[in-house]
Amino acid sequence: MDLRFTPQELAFRDEVRAFFRDALPASIRHKMALGQRPSKDDIVTWQRILNAKGWAVPHWPVEWGGQDWSPVQNYIFKEEMQLAPAPDPLAFNVSMVGPVLIAFGTEAQKRHFLPKVANLDYWFCQGFSEPGAGSDLASLRTSARREGDHYIVNGQKIWTSRAHHADWMFCLVRTDPAAKPQSGISYLLIDMQSPGLTIRPIPTIDGEHHFNEVFFDDVRVPAENLVGEENKGWTYAKYLLGNERTGIARVGASKQRIIKAKQLAATIAVGEGTLAETERFREKVAAIEIELKALEITQLRVVSNARNLPRGVQDPASSVLKLKGTELQQAATEILMEVAGAHAMAFQSEHLWGTATDEPIGPEWAATVAPDYFYTRASSIYGGSNEIQRNVIAKRLLGL
Amino acid sequence: MDFDLSEEQRMLQESVERLISERYDFEHRKTYMKEAPGFSKTLWAQYAELGLLGLPFAEKYGGSGGGAVETMIVMQAFGRGLALEPYLATVVMGGGLIALAGSEAQRTTILPRIASGDLLLAFAHSEPQARYELSDVACTARRGADGWILDGQKSFVLHGDCADQLIVSARIGGEQRSAQGIGLFLVDAHAEGIGRRGYPTQDGLRSAEIRLSGVKVNSNAALGEPGNAADTIQRIAEHALAATGAEAVGAMAAAHELTVDYLKTRKQFGVTIGSFQALQHRAVDMLVHLEQARSMSLLATMMLDEPDPVERSKTISAATVQIRRSGKFIGQQAVQLHGGIGMTLEYKIGHYFKRFTAMESMFGDTDHHLAALARAGGLL
Ligand SMILES: Cc1cc2nc3c(=O)[nH]c(=O)nc-3n(C[C@H](O)[C@H](O)[C@H](O)COP(=O)(O)OP(=O)(O)OC[C@H]3O[C@@H](n4cnc5c(N)ncnc54)[C@H](O)[C@@H]3O)c2cc1C
Repeated sequence: MDLRFTPQELAFRDEVRAFFRDALPASIRHKMALGQRPSKDDIVTWQRILNAKGWAVPHWPVEWGGQDWSPVQNYIFKEEMQLAPAPDPLAFNVSMVGPVLIAFGTEAQKRHFLPKVANLDYWFCQGFSEPGAGSDLASLRTSARREGDHYIVNGQKIWTSRAHHADWMFCLVRTDPAAKPQSGISYLLIDMQSPGLTIRPIPTIDGEHHFNEVFFDDVRVPAENLVGEENKGWTYAKYLLGNERTGIARVGASKQRIIKAKQLAATIAVGEGTLAETERFREKVAAIEIELKALEITQLRVVSNARNLPRGVQDPASSVLKLKGTELQQAATEILMEVAGAHAMAFQSEHLWGTATDEPIGPEWAATVAPDYFYTRASSIYGGSNEIQRNVIAKRLLGL
Repeated sequence: MDFDLSEEQRMLQESVERLISERYDFEHRKTYMKEAPGFSKTLWAQYAELGLLGLPFAEKYGGSGGGAVETMIVMQAFGRGLALEPYLATVVMGGGLIALAGSEAQRTTILPRIASGDLLLAFAHSEPQARYELSDVACTARRGADGWILDGQKSFVLHGDCADQLIVSARIGGEQRSAQGIGLFLVDAHAEGIGRRGYPTQDGLRSAEIRLSGVKVNSNAALGEPGNAADTIQRIAEHALAATGAEAVGAMAAAHELTVDYLKTRKQFGVTIGSFQALQHRAVDMLVHLEQARSMSLLATMMLDEPDPVERSKTISAATVQIRRSGKFIGQQAVQLHGGIGMTLEYKIGHYFKRFTAMESMFGDTDHHLAALARAGGLL
């Protein structure tokens, strides 16, 4: 038992830190530090910088560009990236479709897609949810009918994040309407330029364009874009869900928000002193820091225990990571809201994206705080809502 | 002891609620938001016809002599519809300040024009550095040839962009945070030296930053005796807190109803999601929050006329804390229980959440009021 990183791990952390310091373009760092949203270009630029260094997909197998790092190293890498603060590599690519292709794709699919996925030459979006199939994903109805060497896809997806940026979608479709819900689903890769595919934007409550509806009207998908076996798509989707574990708590991102809140609170005059000096503010922040520290140690336990577990077996402690992690991300955005106070209330989209040409209303950093708070409410909804997380823990872990 | 509305109050409630339910569905609201001032001029005229714009003023000023309860009734209905009109800015705060501190001449010239819908007011008080300290006023008023000269910066001026006249707080003497030395001045919003920058707020309302550079006003533009306005400002903040508290309660009730309806209709796993106990309990917790807030809103309303300023302000702070906490819980949970739909601008529930959020920083955030109450020894 030893809480400290080994000298090698510390050396690794310094190396990662130095690289992020030198390689992250100043304009992107500036946006990220202000809490502004990185543009599509920023995300692509950064992922390509990482890829050039060989660090875009370190958790993949070495033959596909991975780094064979230990779980601790992967953890340090993600943590440092969030603290930098740098944009996250596109999760749909590096944590979702990539690992599924590696596990279940054909050799040809891997050779074609994986390098482009890693380099973000292909931007993938996730076509799972439908109007009638959210938490109950297995009830999805978008259909794919085999016709010669094509699938003909009809139906609708919803809440598809960044579909408007995407070149490709990994999509769950029903290929066997007669089978039990989970058994008739297949996993298809669909070119977003396909005729018959249309996208309608849905504005999110922060006033921005993040997700979309995607409609399929007789969209022809080459059968070679089926991943794995027909009607086994559910298994691959589940594999995905089990795949993304470390980093899911986003401890680094919460830390970064809290550090920022403390720094900014020192600039807000309250009475004779500053907000940062008021007892109530300090105690509130301290209370979050305590929970964040506990979560960080829990996460490190999971990371450290990973070497003792067979591949694919999930540490029971890991199930609390998403639950607590999202609660703390939300708590951190609330603290920033309190710091900004009324300054957060001007709606100024350009100052959220860093594209404004006019002076901000109030301090520049305050323009991003409310959108961040609003949008972060989604973290307990997507990726398996917190209610569903609790159901799963109760059932699988507690046997209830 | 009696929490019942009078016959007249019930009639008022029915007519405002009917107007809101007929004219303020979600689609209407979107079109009102796009109109030039950010709200519906047509509805504003209708409020005038119904007597809502003169509700709290005495009959001799074109009003109907209503009290805090009448304002609460209107604000609750507006909360339900997420109304965009500048009722708080013009009637509750603007008209309230004139009624509280204005001269007879000011009342006679201004209040009837508010009541008829011809005049919009805004209260230009908050300043960027002031945080939530009501007496933190850096804006200055100097004696000029035949009146006053105003200089300074005002922030978060609710509906300040569409107002015809502004009520500006400015310091004629004393330290920046001193309660002594503050005056209130009625200023034509188009006067020379006024720079206004209007903007939309996160909840779809309008606000403005206002810069005053050597703005000249007559001596008779002062509301009351310049230098002694701190008490008036405190009073009007209390009125605004009670009114937004009622608005919040109306919004909470609507958000809760929408959510319960959704639980009864949305199906997943072959059943309505309202059959899941986890969600049932959440909906009940939301109801508990709503009822606690409703009680505190009533308390705040009834305490507005309490003569003891300490009791009054303690109670208003206590009510504000409860209402804000309830609004936050109900807003967040309403979004959560709606899933993806809760996160879109295309559905009403997220707009309630945003409105609760915006209210949280008006005239002091939750912690500010909690600290004020605790400093004053609590309620018991
Ligand atoms: C910002 C955002 C981005 C998204 N991006 C994507 C994307 O890129 N691709 C994609 O496919 N999907 C995406 N989603 C969709 C997301 O995965 C779904 O919203 C989520 O699965 C919930 O489904 P739903 O919205 O249909 O809500 P519902 O499943 O209808 O849930 C409504 C409420 O009921 C609760 N509930 C449901 N079942 C139970 C139960 N058994 N017990 C207790 N409570 C229950 C839920 O927790 C929730 O509170 C995104 C969603 C959001 C908000």
